[in-house]
Amino acid sequence: MESCPSIKNILLLDSEGKRVAVKYYTDDWPTVAAKLAFERSVFIKTLKTNARAEAEITMFDSNIVVYKFVQDLHFFVTAGDDENELIVATVLQGFFDAVGLLLRNEVDKQTALENLDLILLCLDEIVDGGIVLETDASVIAGKVATHGLEGDGSLSEQTISQALATAREHLARSLLK
Amino acid sequence: MAEPLVKKDDDRDDEDYSPFMGIEKGAVLQEARVFNDPQLDARRCSQVITKLLYLLNQGETFTKIEATEVFFAVTKLFQSKDTGLRRMVYLMIKELSPSADEVIIVTSSLMKDMNSKTDMYRANAIRVLCRITDGTLLTQIERYLKQAIVDKNPVVASAALVSGIHLLQTNPEIVKRWSNEVQEAVQSRAALVQFHALALLHQIRQNDRLAVSKLVTSLTRGSVRSPLAQCLLIRYTSQVIRESSVNTQTGERPFLDFLESCLRHKAEMVILEAARAITELSGVTSRELTPAITVLQLFLSSSKPVLRFAAVRTLNKVAMTHPLAVTNCNIDMESLISDQNRSIATLAITTLLKTGNESSVDRLMKQITNFMSDIADEFKIVVVEAIRSLCLKFPLKYRSLMNFLSSILREEGGFEYKKAIVDSIVILIKDIPEAKEGGLFHLCEFIEDCEFTYLSTQILHFLGNEGPKTSDPSKYIRYIYNRVILENATIRASAVSTLAKFGALIDSLKPRIFVLLRRCLYDSDDEVRDRATLYLNMLGGDGLVGETDKDVKEFLFGSLDVPLVNLETSLRNYEASEEPFDISTVPKEVKSQPHAEKKAPGKKPSGLGAPSSGPTSAGDAFEKLLSAIPEFSGFGKLFKSSAPVELTEAETEYAVNVVKHIYDGHVVFQYNCTNTIPEQLLENVTVFVDASEAEEFSEVASKPLKTLPYDSPGQSFVAFEKPEGVPAVGKFSNLLKFIVKEVDPSMGEADEEGVEDEYQLEDFEVVSADYMLKVGVSNFKHAWDNMGADCERVDEYGLGVRESLAEAVSAVINILGMQACEGTDVVPSNARSHTSLLSGVFIGNVKVLARISFGIDGPKQVAMKLAVRSEDQAVSDAIHEIVASG
Repeated sequence: MESCPSIKNILLLDSEGKRVAVKYYTDDWPTVAAKLAFERSVFIKTLKTNARAEAEITMFDSNIVVYKFVQDLHFFVTAGDDENELIVATVLQGFFDAVGLLLRNEVDKQTALENLDLILLCLDEIVDGGIVLETDASVIAGKVATHGLEGDGSLSEQTISQALATAREHLARSLLK
Repeated sequence: MAEPLVKKDDDRDDEDYSPFMGIEKGAVLQEARVFNDPQLDARRCSQVITKLLYLLNQGETFTKIEATEVFFAVTKLFQSKDTGLRRMVYLMIKELSPSADEVIIVTSSLMKDMNSKTDMYRANAIRVLCRITDGTLLTQIERYLKQAIVDKNPVVASAALVSGIHLLQTNPEIVKRWSNEVQEAVQSRAALVQFHALALLHQIRQNDRLAVSKLVTSLTRGSVRSPLAQCLLIRYTSQVIRESSVNTQTGERPFLDFLESCLRHKAEMVILEAARAITELSGVTSRELTPAITVLQLFLSSSKPVLRFAAVRTLNKVAMTHPLAVTNCNIDMESLISDQNRSIATLAITTLLKTGNESSVDRLMKQITNFMSDIADEFKIVVVEAIRSLCLKFPLKYRSLMNFLSSILREEGGFEYKKAIVDSIVILIKDIPEAKEGGLFHLCEFIEDCEFTYLSTQILHFLGNEGPKTSDPSKYIRYIYNRVILENATIRASAVSTLAKFGALIDSLKPRIFVLLRRCLYDSDDEVRDRATLYLNMLGGDGLVGETDKDVKEFLFGSLDVPLVNLETSLRNYEASEEPFDISTVPKEVKSQPHAEKKAPGKKPSGLGAPSSGPTSAGDAFEKLLSAIPEFSGFGKLFKSSAPVELTEAETEYAVNVVKHIYDGHVVFQYNCTNTIPEQLLENVTVFVDASEAEEFSEVASKPLKTLPYDSPGQSFVAFEKPEGVPAVGKFSNLLKFIVKEVDPSMGEADEEGVEDEYQLEDFEVVSADYMLKVGVSNFKHAWDNMGADCERVDEYGLGVRESLAEAVSAVINILGMQACEGTDVVPSNARSHTSLLSGVFIGNVKVLARISFGIDGPKQVAMKLAVRSEDQAVSDAIHEIVASG
C-alpha cells in the first residue's frame, strides 16, 4: 500500500439508524439506496455492541468500520480493509471530540440537529475528498466555531462564543488531567 | 450492552421533536428567496442554507433547474460580510457542484477570498475553487496556489496541498510544476502540512523510482513530526524496499533499521504501520519478524478494542505464512477468545487454529466450545473451516475435532452453517480412514433430527456409498429406515436408494432389505414406490431388469456422466412416443455462457460428490438448427459446438462471430452476422473462406444468407470435410461478400439496385481443444483408478518462464480444452506447485483423464508432469501431442 490514507465515509446516525449527517467520499455506494442500505447494515451490525467507553471496530464487505456511541448518537468512520485501523480511529476520535466541544458536551440527537450547521462544517474540516485534513478535535472545533465570533449567525439560542468558551474550558480541563 | 435509551428532559417530552420536522423541499426553495433581498439577514440566510443542506443530506435531490436557481441565489450571498454565512455558502457551493458555465459566476468572488487577509477565507476559498474548477481556470489561479502552499498559516497551506492531491488526478502537468513549493512545505514545522506535502510530493514523483528513493533516504534520517506523515513514510519506505530487494539479493535489507526504529515510536498508529510493513515484506525471515511480533503481542492486551483488532488481524495474516513466528502470542491470543468484540474473538480463534500444535488442540477445543454459542453464524463458518484444515493437519487428533464438530452439529444453526459442518465431516471421513465409522455415526444422529431436506438427502447418499464398507453395516439400517417412516417424500425416496445400495453390496443383509423395500411399495408418494419397485426387481434378479451383478452396481454407484441441466432440457424436449428416451443422446458438454444465471449460493466443492451441474446448454439449439439444413444432415451426430469467436472489432459496421461445429468427418462454420447500419440492407451474404493454411480441410458446401436487414442477426454457413475422427487443425481466413442496397430508414424501403462489396474479417483457427468436450467427473480419483493404467502415458515438459503459476495452469487447461475437476483450476496464491485434475471426452467419444503436476522455481521457470489416461492409447498420445506442439 503506497497510497495516502483515505476515508470512505463518515456517518452520524441516531438511535434508530436514521441519518443525522453523513458524508461519503468515494463512489463505492453510487446511489442513495446503496448508501442507505450500507448505513442500515452498519447500524444493525453494531447495535448490540457497547461502544460507549472505547471506540469499537468491525469489518465487513472489505471495509473496516470504527464506531463510537454517545447518548442517542452513533458515530461511524469507514475505510478500506487495507487501511491502518488506528488512523481511522484517530479520525473518529477527532470527529467525536470536536462534536462534543461544539455541542458543549450536550451530545444528543436533538442538540446535534439544532446545530446541524456546526456538524456539517465539522465534517468539512476533518476530511476533504477522502484525505484526512485534521484530526485534533480542538483545532477542528476552533476552525468551525471561529465563524460565530463576529456575528450572531447561530441557529441555537446560545451563541457560539459561549460555546467556544465552554469548549476552551473543556479543553483546558482535559489538558490538566 | 444497554439499548441506547434516550434521556429526555421534561420540557421536551413531545417525542420526536426535530427542528426540521415537517420540512418540505418546495417550501425551503421558496424560503431561499431571502437570498435575493437587498438587505441580507445573515442569520436567516444561514438557517435556510442549513435546511437546504439538511435536505441534500437526507438523500433529497434537486432538479437541474432547482439546483441552478439555488446556486445563483447563493452567489448573491457573497455580498454579506458575515463570516458564518460565508462558511455556509462555501459548503453549499461544494454540495451543488455547479456546471462549468455556472462556475464562472463565482470564480471572481472566490478568487477575491483566496487573497483575503482572513486565513479562514483563504483556506476555504482554495478548497472550494479547486473542487469546482476545470483545467483552464487552474492556470489563472496557479500562482496563488503556489503561494498558498508555502503560506505561513498551516490551514491555508494544507488546503492548497490537499487540493493539489485532488487536482493531480485531473491536471497532473500543472500540479507537477509546484514541486519546489511542495518540497519546501515538506520541511514545514506544522505537523499536518508536512503530512499533506509528503503525500503530494510522493504522488508527483511516484513514477520516478530514484526520486522516491532519495525522498525516503533524506526523510528517514528523522525530520518527520506528525504520526500521519510518519505512517506515509513507512509506506513509501516499504515500496522502496520492495523494489530494491530484487537487486540486492544478499545481505541486509535497506531501511529495515528505519522500520525497526519506528516500532519504538510513541504513536501507536506508527508502531502498527511499521509492524505491518515488516510482516508484509516479501520473503521476510523469522529474525526480521520477531521485533514486529513482539510489539503486536503487546497490543493484544491493550484496553482499546481497535488496537487489539489491528494486532490480531495482522497476526492472523502472518500465521498463514509463518505460523511458528506467531506461536509466542498464543497465550495472549487465547485470552482474546472471550473478547467482547466478536470480530476480535473470531480472528483470535482462527489464528490459534493455524498456529496451534498437536498438544494444544484439546485445550483449544474446550475453549472454543464455550465461545461458539454466542457468535453469529458467519463467524461460526469461519471457525468450522479452520477446524477442518487443522484436523487435516493433525489427523491423529481427529477424535476430539470430530467430537467437536458433532457437538456443534447438534446445536442451533442456519443452513449454511450446518452445511459447512456436514461438508467438513464428510471431508474428514474421506481423508482420515480411522474417522469414518465415528463420522458416519455422527451424521446418522444428525439426520434423526434434521430440518434441512437438502442435507438429509446428501447424507443419505453419502451413507449409501460409505456405509456398506464399514465393519458393521447393519447398524446404519435402522437410521435409514427411520427416514422412510418419518420424513417427507424427497428424503424417503433418497432413503430407499440408500437401502438398495446396502442390499446390493452385502448379501447377508439382502433378505432384511427386501422386507423393508417391500413395505415401501405402499408409500403414498409415487417416486418412493417407483424406486422401491425398481430396486426390488434389480436386486431380486427376477429377470425383468435382469442385468448382471456388475450392471446393478454400476447403476447404483456409477455417477451420472451428463450435466443435470442438459439432462433436464433433453427430457423437456422429449415427446412421448414409441421410442424410449435414450440418455446417451444428452449432450455432455458443460456450456459456459456469459449470461447464464448464477445459481443462488456461491458453489463450493460440496464434498458430497454431487454431480456437477452446468449452465443451460445451447448445444440442443445448434443441433436442431443444423439438422434442419439439408446440406449438413448427412454429417452424423454433432460432437461439439465451440463458443462464438468474434471476427470483428466491437462497434464496426458489421459484427460477425463464428461458431465451430465439429462432426466426426466434417466441420461446419456458422457465421453469425449483424448489420449495424440502418441505411443498408445486405443481400446474398457469403463468407469466402481461404483454407490454404488448413491443409486437411476441403470445402464441401456453403449456405449463403439471403438478406441481412439492419439489426436482425442472420447466419451464413460453410462446411468442410476433414479426415474421419482425426483432430485436424488449421487456420482459416475469412472475407465477407455481399450486395449492399441503400435503405431510406424513414420509409424502410430498399433501392432496387445494389452494389457488390466485401469486408475483411479476422482469421480464426481450429485447434485441438475444439475436439475435446468439457465433461467433468464427480470423483476424479475413482474415475482415474477405474480407467486403469493400460493406456497411460506420462511425460515431462518445461514451459519456460511464465508470468505466474496460475497463468501457466490456466494456459495449459485452455490448450487442452478439458474440464478441471474438483476446483483444481484454481491455484492458491504464492503456491510453488499445483496439481490439476482434468477430464474430457475426445472426438470419437473417447474418455480422457489427465493429471498434471506443475512446479515453479525462483526465476519463474515452470515445469510440468503430464499423466494422461484414456480408453485408447492413440488418444493418450494425441493429448501429449497437443501439449508438445502448444
